[in-house]
Amino acid sequence: MTDETPKPPEDAPVADENPKPETGAAADAPEMAAEAKPKPTDEEKAAKIAAAKAKAAAKKAAEDDAPPKPPWEEKPVPPERIDSADDPEVVALAEGVDDAVLAAERFAGDLTVTVPAAKIVDICNFLKSERGYSFLVDLTAVDWPEREEGRFDVVYWMHRFEDEHRLRLVTVVAEDQVIESVAGVWKVADWMEREVFDLYGIVFANHPNLERILTWEGFNGHPLRKDFPVEGIDTGAAIYPDSFPEGGGPPPPPEKKPAKGGTK
Amino acid sequence: MSDPKGPLFDIEEMEINFGPQHPATHGVLRVKVKLDGEKIVEAKPIIGYLHRGTEKLFETMDFPQCIPHTDRMDYVAAATNNQGFCVTMEKLLGITIPPRAAYIRMILAELQRLASHLVWFATHAIDIGAITPFFYNFRDRDEILDLFEEYCGARLTLNTMKIGGVPYSLPDGWVDRCRALADAFPAKIDEYETLLTDNRIWKNRTIGIGVVSPEEAIEWGLTGPPLRGSGIKWDIRKVFPYDRYDEIDFEVPIGVNCDTYDRYLVRVEEMRQSVRIIQQCLDKLPEGPIMARAPKVLRAKEGMVYGSVEAPKGELGYFMVTTEKSTKPYKCRVRPPSFINLQALPAMVEGHLVADLVAVIGTLDIVLGEIDR
Repeated sequence: MTDETPKPPEDAPVADENPKPETGAAADAPEMAAEAKPKPTDEEKAAKIAAAKAKAAAKKAAEDDAPPKPPWEEKPVPPERIDSADDPEVVALAEGVDDAVLAAERFAGDLTVTVPAAKIVDICNFLKSERGYSFLVDLTAVDWPEREEGRFDVVYWMHRFEDEHRLRLVTVVAEDQVIESVAGVWKVADWMEREVFDLYGIVFANHPNLERILTWEGFNGHPLRKDFPVEGIDTGAAIYPDSFPEGGGPPPPPEKKPAKGGTK
Repeated sequence: MSDPKGPLFDIEEMEINFGPQHPATHGVLRVKVKLDGEKIVEAKPIIGYLHRGTEKLFETMDFPQCIPHTDRMDYVAAATNNQGFCVTMEKLLGITIPPRAAYIRMILAELQRLASHLVWFATHAIDIGAITPFFYNFRDRDEILDLFEEYCGARLTLNTMKIGGVPYSLPDGWVDRCRALADAFPAKIDEYETLLTDNRIWKNRTIGIGVVSPEEAIEWGLTGPPLRGSGIKWDIRKVFPYDRYDEIDFEVPIGVNCDTYDRYLVRVEEMRQSVRIIQQCLDKLPEGPIMARAPKVLRAKEGMVYGSVEAPKGELGYFMVTTEKSTKPYKCRVRPPSFINLQALPAMVEGHLVADLVAVIGTLDIVLGEIDR
């Protein structure tokens, strides 16, 4: 990002024109001052102001002539969000799958497309087979507990090797909603979805093996949800008796069938 | 001719736990393996023993406070972790860092890549049974760590980059010492290679083990040396150049046979390329400031940003979600290369002998601190 920002076009003419009418006033000022010495007149003040203005303008003009500062000495310019509904990738997706695109924007160079959760597998299949996004870089979720449309964002971040292009899909999932797994589209999604299930409690339908991965089997709660305490939970219910059932940890194991003796 | 009494021997699959406390698992990885004799029928990695909730902690801290915590993820390559975080933050805030800072970062990152690959070389070889490389590698890695210590005071958890540049200027004589190390390094790599590259036992243990075809590698999301070992020329430093990698001339080595031996060759060649990058950076090292003009309190805009760097293990990415004027990440997801590379382990070992499991874990070069976060 080399934002060596060109100055706004109005600046230069203002710097040139502004002082001119007032320098005339400044020239008259000494005569006026000689006539009425004791009180500092408005003209005097005006002259001073005009002189200061002229100096500032000259300085500014000198700065304008000077080479622009390198970007690391300028104040950083944060990226803007740009609506990108007419981006060729977005148009192709909208044509390929009906009602696939809800919104599209570009922020800091990343293209983000919001898609409906119900069609996620169709969309991913289309993007992989028709648009060449053969590599799923990352899959994760974001928790927005207050939001009305649905609590979670599930985020897919994919890569195409032909022109090294990346695309992000965002889909909104409500707390009790089940979303279809994309592990059948990209094998790599398997563990990523397990992690999202573990840390956020989002259930992925038709996942080959939806188990907890970072916490242990039977752990109570989903640590990356915003309402999960940062300091963690006690395995007993001593600290948060209202939020967590007694024992906190694993539920009692289901009764196992007696082990068969002998070998197969 | 079926025997009415059944087979002579019981053909029973045995299930054993490999780890979590085992020196060859590089940490606290547990692999549940089903064995038919010595052959692996099924392998299931079980992780999470080192889960510290780093991503949850990030949400409670200001942006600069997160950086020391990134050190603790891939603890043998702390500098690249810092770099990933800073690159992402600079993308989010629109900061351009001064060239001198970028060059210092690249030197540190490549030294770190060397150090990390030396740990991989040592442990991979020792797992397979060659103990000698370990002594050579750790001798030379210590010299690199000495340079880090001189620069920032720490040897492992470096905390050596800041959002907008680097925190310290180079100490007197550091450039000369770094150049001396870089100039001496290719000979040392040759020395390591004499121990393994043409070693018959090494070849027997690595050729044809853990083969991943290029298509499979993409399907499994492999990045870094495992992807390049499968013959795909892809490196974040070339594809999405960060800092000033676009001004540096270096090659991206790739493998042909997609096996453990090729991944070994790829990593050895990467070490040579890292030395080349360090030498070029030292030659070109510009004068000037080491920090960009960044505000004291960093406030982000609302948005989602993903930034990544080529860590020694693969693509290390940070996915940052922020709210308007926030000083903390609303969410900061780390895309750990080891976590995703490890996922391919079952496919790579099934059908091999149990001793090859150790070779494949070594060739993936995993670090559990990063997998479990």
